[in-house]
Amino acid sequence: MSAIPQPQPQPEARAAVRFETKMPVEREETTALEDLQKVINVRDLNLYYGKAQALKNVTLDVPGGHVLAFIGPSGCGKSTLLRCFNRMNDLVDSCRIEGEILLDGKNIMHHKVNVAHLRRRVGMVFQKPNPFPKSIYENVAYGLRLLGVKNRAQLDAAVEKSLRGAALWDEVKDRLDSSGLSLSGGQQQRLVIARAIALEPEVLLLDEPCSALDPIATAKVEDLIVELKDKYTIVIVTHNMQQAARVSDFTAYMYLGELVEFGKTDDIFIRPKKKHTEDYITGRFG
Amino acid sequence: MRDWIKSGSPWIWLTAGAVAVSLLAVAGVMALTALRGLGHFWPKPVVETTFMERDGKRSGLIGELRDREEVAVRRLRESGFTIPGDAVFAERVLVKMGNRDVTGADFRWFPVPLLGEIKYPKDIITLERREWGNFYGHLLAVKEEGKAVAEGEAAYPELLVRFERANRLFTQIHELEKYEIGRINYALEQARLESRALDIRGQLTDARKAGLERRKAELNGEFGKLQERVAVLRKDIGRDTLLARVQDGKEVEVKLALVADAYRPNDMSLAGKIGHYARKLGEFITEDPREANTEGGIFPAIFGTVMMVLLMAVMVTPLGIMAAIYMREYAKQGPLIRIIRISVNNLAGVPSIVYGVFGLGFFVYFLGGNIDQLFFPEALPAPTFGSPGLLWASLTLAILTLPVVIVSTEEGLARVPRSTREGSLALGATKAETLIKTVLPMASPAMMTGLILAIARAAGEVAPLMLVGVVKLAPALPMDGYFPYLHLERKFMHLGFHIYDVGFQSPNVEAARPLVYATALLLVIVIMMLNLAAIRLRNQLREKYRGLESV
Repeated sequence: MSAIPQPQPQPEARAAVRFETKMPVEREETTALEDLQKVINVRDLNLYYGKAQALKNVTLDVPGGHVLAFIGPSGCGKSTLLRCFNRMNDLVDSCRIEGEILLDGKNIMHHKVNVAHLRRRVGMVFQKPNPFPKSIYENVAYGLRLLGVKNRAQLDAAVEKSLRGAALWDEVKDRLDSSGLSLSGGQQQRLVIARAIALEPEVLLLDEPCSALDPIATAKVEDLIVELKDKYTIVIVTHNMQQAARVSDFTAYMYLGELVEFGKTDDIFIRPKKKHTEDYITGRFG
Repeated sequence: MRDWIKSGSPWIWLTAGAVAVSLLAVAGVMALTALRGLGHFWPKPVVETTFMERDGKRSGLIGELRDREEVAVRRLRESGFTIPGDAVFAERVLVKMGNRDVTGADFRWFPVPLLGEIKYPKDIITLERREWGNFYGHLLAVKEEGKAVAEGEAAYPELLVRFERANRLFTQIHELEKYEIGRINYALEQARLESRALDIRGQLTDARKAGLERRKAELNGEFGKLQERVAVLRKDIGRDTLLARVQDGKEVEVKLALVADAYRPNDMSLAGKIGHYARKLGEFITEDPREANTEGGIFPAIFGTVMMVLLMAVMVTPLGIMAAIYMREYAKQGPLIRIIRISVNNLAGVPSIVYGVFGLGFFVYFLGGNIDQLFFPEALPAPTFGSPGLLWASLTLAILTLPVVIVSTEEGLARVPRSTREGSLALGATKAETLIKTVLPMASPAMMTGLILAIARAAGEVAPLMLVGVVKLAPALPMDGYFPYLHLERKFMHLGFHIYDVGFQSPNVEAARPLVYATALLLVIVIMMLNLAAIRLRNQLREKYRGLESV
């Protein structure tokens, strides 16, 4: 489905910064970071909003099939970095980016990349639930209709599958025709997730998906994230460190546009290597 | 006191007062126009009395009381009346005497002290005539070919029967003239234009010429036959007359062919009056004007107004929306676009007559002139599009209302939240797809608001129209049964201009005044209906995309 032009792969760039992960593995399902297949490779990414630099020399690899959480104080660039993965920053006029991001080895920052195709492969869910003012069904079918799918049976099946995938089907199956905006906040957010997974993306980006939700809705969305990681690579930005600890396998701590520390979630939270990370996690600042 | 001021109560009172004043103003205007305008159609009783002239002679007087006012007796005396008594003020009444052909004047003021006993005789008839205005008198007889067929009490029922017949004949003649003869004239004109067009192109061969001549001859033959039929009908309609005694005792004969309506106003039951009222109101809305627009209906003006507004809406909406989309969605938001935006906003403040002048110079003379040169050379020197007409009027108003549509569409687009656009883009939609599938539907209520404002402004506009297409009396509606059915080049009538024309350009101001109010009321109603239709549509759209406010 995607046809991203190939701007010469750079094998040597793949041997990027390695993280020391010699600590004993506590979670069995999490293998060592190096051994995992990397879906996204970020290489020396610098991003500027006008004159202000928002990301400084960020280099990191996103492991496939796991949940990666970005944490850090407000304005540290975690959302900005996330929005680079599906080039949402293109919408910001003053934004200038240097460096590259490889998705399956292909640079997505290349100007010839079809951004629409890219965004189908890398889905995104935003901070505030943003369903379209259309029916629940149409919300989920939106992406497929854009692809030109007109077959009703095919759409029906995809809508049901996505809503089930987002653990929303049982709640809305009797009112697929009512407006997506008639749902509660938590339901709306799951609807938005269903909308994103209807396209069966490879990567799912979640930008503080629970910050506008109450604790019960948050719990549901978190359960969903854990369920979804079997199928998708998930990158989540969160302010809530408990949440990062609960749902993620890996965590990256960012501060003032720099990637400070990146490793297994357990390591970051229990044995952070840097003083700065520890200070943030223990709440000494931030 | 200070606490009271601080509490904000005076502020509430002040603002509520402003609302009350606005409401009162609107209600007052509506009530005044409704009262003055709608009262016109109620059958008015006809008084019969006597009046003492300046020279002391008493003469008869028949007519409708239309108005009354107080004047200083001194003023009346100075003008030559001999008013008895020592009152300082006296009342005088305005009487519609009708019978313009007999008395010479339609309306006159009479000092009440000089009037004799006021009576309302039941046998007085009011005739609405197609020429010379109303007629009042005592019906004496109905005549056929000069011989009386009914007299006295029997005359009125006979009159109604024969009036019915005359009216039927009149309609027949009217339809023959309008449709049949109109069709032949149209075909003749087409033939003339065809031969001229062939001549210009140098393709007028003898065979073609002969063919066209034959066609013309055929048409002329048909025309002759129709003329004969009309002549027969005219003779037929002229058969009956009525004889009536007017105010000064003279007996006057009136042709039934000229009578548009006949009734006995003093002998009507309430139900009869209501029926009469409804009929008159219906005629006012559905019929063509008569007698320099002071009588009859205003249908062509209603039709012209609605037609022009609709055409304007069809032209301004796509243009304004597209301009707004470019300015808000695609253009780089810099100083240039800001200057353009300010200019557009300022365009809304340009006096409308300026647009009229622009429309006349650019659309009518330049565009229309060139269109004539290119496409209608056979009709020259008579202009087709090169003279003011419906198309140019609608276009001028479209330009006039363009800023309104642009501004509100832009506001609507700006209100669509970024998150919704991002949601769509994140699903792999391109910018164009996002616009069409999500943003534009959400902004559609705002577009409708723009259209509503545009309609409100355009429907009430008169000044520019006087330059680019409105006339006092249009010979034909801009829509008829001849190809291409919608004749955009034709001149048309407009309610707003009609008000001006009837009220201020009319030879018979007193007679026209109620019509001015009625027309004004109708204009307001037409605008309101156009607006209500647009508002309904907008509310439906709002309902559909009501997420906008909550997101």
